[in-house]
Amino acid sequence: MAYSEKVIDHYENPRNVGAFDKNDPSIATGMVGAPACGDVMKLQLKIGENGVIEDAKFKTYGCGSAIASSSLITEWVKGKTLDEAASIKNTDIAQELALPPVKIHCSILAEDAIKAAIEDYKKKHA
Amino acid sequence: MNYFELFDFPVSFDLDTGELSRRYRLLQQQFHPDRFASSGERDKLNALQKTSQINDGFQTLKMPLSRAEHLLGLRGVELAHEQRTLRDPEFLMKQMELREALETIETPEAVLDMDVQLQAEIKTLMDVLHREITANEDESAADTVRKLKFMHKLRDELERIEDSLMDSW
Repeated sequence: MAYSEKVIDHYENPRNVGAFDKNDPSIATGMVGAPACGDVMKLQLKIGENGVIEDAKFKTYGCGSAIASSSLITEWVKGKTLDEAASIKNTDIAQELALPPVKIHCSILAEDAIKAAIEDYKKKHA
Repeated sequence: MNYFELFDFPVSFDLDTGELSRRYRLLQQQFHPDRFASSGERDKLNALQKTSQINDGFQTLKMPLSRAEHLLGLRGVELAHEQRTLRDPEFLMKQMELREALETIETPEAVLDMDVQLQAEIKTLMDVLHREITANEDESAADTVRKLKFMHKLRDELERIEDSLMDSW
């Protein structure tokens, strides 16, 4: 299967790889996994007092499409409010990266990682 | 298609794999294409289809994980092609740690240590799965199957690492 140029770019030069301290109150952590392929994705958002995402980091174990999907969303969420970030759809990710149908689940994983991170943040600040 | 029925087994997670192999060979002989060489096209096609079912069924029932998936599928819990996401932070954190540990493996001894650890975790999950399936706790069983898929993926990775270590020695 051939990867698109955008997937290869994100795979070879992943943006924002790393981690924040998950106990920091301004950090939201989303952990998700895809049973079908065993991919595991950790997405962390640094959220400012105004509720805007200031920074994002990820660590993903998985195929090129999973890494590219998580790398892409760390770029997309920066500067967005939580609500805006929550509205990112897997179809947007799949389209941007030109993912083939068998790799759609990678974009679903990335969308769910954003949702899981936001849930974590809300739980922390409930 | 109920593979348990195909091999004349009761629908149960417990299965004698030695007996499964025996019945597999018998069925294979019974429907071997050579025996239908002089039959009509329709019978030939039927035998071919049956052979393919027998092979798929054997592969599915042989391994406990795919057997469990098939059994849950018969109970209406479809797992094979699902694209859902697992959100169990504790389990996934552990997966991350195991993946990180895999990356540091550089010796055959470390491969063995990791293998022992993975086998133990798989055994624990298999025991849980067995209990859940027997108790008809299908949703919990489905989650345990999902977790086992992650564990199997780790084992595949470990095998890959082992192979590359062998190559470099």
